[in-house]
Amino acid sequence: MNAAPASAPRIRVRGLRKAFGPKKVLDGIDLDVAPGESLVVIGGSGSGKSVLLKCILGLLPPDSGSILIDGEETTRLSGGERAKVMRKFGMLFQGGALFDSLKVWENVAFGPIQADGMPTHEAKEVALTKLEAVGLTPEVGELKPAELSGGMQKRVSLARAIARQPAIIFFDEPTTGLDPIMADVINDLIVKCVKDLGASTISITHDMASARKIGDRLAMLYQGKLIWQGAVADLDTSGNAFVDQFIHGRAEGPITMAVRK
Amino acid sequence: MTIPLVTVLGRMTLAFLGMTGSIAMFAGRAISHCVRPPFYRTQILRQMLEIGYYSLPVVGLTAIFTGMVLALQSYTGFARFSAESAIPNVVVVSLTRELGPVLAGLMVAGRVGAAMAAELGTMRVTEQIDALTTLSTEPFKYLVAPRLIAAVLTLPLLVMVADAIGILGGYLVGVYKLGFNEQTYLRNTVDFLQVQDVVSGLVKAAVFGFIIALMGCYHGYNSRGGAQGVGAATTNAVVSASMLMLVSNYFITELFFAR
Repeated sequence: MNAAPASAPRIRVRGLRKAFGPKKVLDGIDLDVAPGESLVVIGGSGSGKSVLLKCILGLLPPDSGSILIDGEETTRLSGGERAKVMRKFGMLFQGGALFDSLKVWENVAFGPIQADGMPTHEAKEVALTKLEAVGLTPEVGELKPAELSGGMQKRVSLARAIARQPAIIFFDEPTTGLDPIMADVINDLIVKCVKDLGASTISITHDMASARKIGDRLAMLYQGKLIWQGAVADLDTSGNAFVDQFIHGRAEGPITMAVRK
Repeated sequence: MTIPLVTVLGRMTLAFLGMTGSIAMFAGRAISHCVRPPFYRTQILRQMLEIGYYSLPVVGLTAIFTGMVLALQSYTGFARFSAESAIPNVVVVSLTRELGPVLAGLMVAGRVGAAMAAELGTMRVTEQIDALTTLSTEPFKYLVAPRLIAAVLTLPLLVMVADAIGILGGYLVGVYKLGFNEQTYLRNTVDFLQVQDVVSGLVKAAVFGFIIALMGCYHGYNSRGGAQGVGAATTNAVVSASMLMLVSNYFITELFFAR
């Protein structure tokens, strides 16, 4: 069932637990992501996918467990040490999370300028190059995020995520809210950008077309546990009733939704 | 089922103590970022402009009409005792000690404190604050510290302007409506004014600036639950800042003027 990567993992998660009050959201997660590997985590709404991502990113403190990034324990880091680890990360947020007070190019150049101390004119060049890499013209760079469509915002967010050439990129529902064609464009861009950088990625999504396109390996989260991990090619022959129900989007099966009748 | 009164009081006390502790920890963390580099100078200047320059019209209008009303009201009261000559003294002392800082503070709390809470609250619910963290930028240092520094520096300047405009309002009513001699009015104003009156007002302004920015940032930063949460954060920021300003005003006054 498990298809853990053979090489030394870039991300290693062991026994990760997180609860909000009495609700156990993550209940002993073990996970490895190898250098250059793309892992997709699938699971129903409220299954803890975003919490898993935020724990690895350091945005939420786990209750217990270990998170190693390139062999370094990160669960107890604070301040400057945390900022150093963050240097390795890029993140594409579900809603884009673009700073609406800044222009598009300033959003993309934010990390290089504020965190890396790059001169503004140099950072602008980097921003325009990254915008070009995601198919946006320099004119778009002068607009504010509110003036862009949802698809363009996702592209800008992707450009921002790759602007500092991170070793690890996280994608939170990268195609949510987009039409199928734009979703496929974003998937292609993700694959291209990630391959160019040679980065490791963790993506969370409900979109199975997206999962199959951007993932090398797939893991399913259910009731706080990873109930299946394997290569994307093995997805249709997983032999796991939960995975089968989820990928085919069936209402009937072992996964029951808490719906009031 | 009825809940005993003592249970309700207990819950309210615990909630109050919990919030007080939470605000104190937030303030401590914010202050620690205010005194440690790096400093985001552009952000500080932008906030100073927002808090000071753009608040000038509303604070100026409030001050001039307050000064005018003060002169008029004092006249109607003091005329009964033939004490009209005390009007310039009352106007200048009332404005510099109390009305200048308090009214400017309340106006800025309504305008700027609410805007801070709404902006940070929106950034919180749209994950922009999380995005800052992922870009190796400490949100307290980038968002909270510049607002606190700017408010503490700008409110005293704003109050100095408000004091001057308020005194001008009193002068206009005193000279052109109540028939005071120009020189006498100005001499009475200057002679009666003491350094301590102005200093106490400016100290109050700096404290009020801190309170306004702290409450705006605290409620915005911790906002939850979408548009409704941001709305609640905005209301809480203005109400709590106004209440805290009035309470702290008493203690600062006691510190300066209690015998």
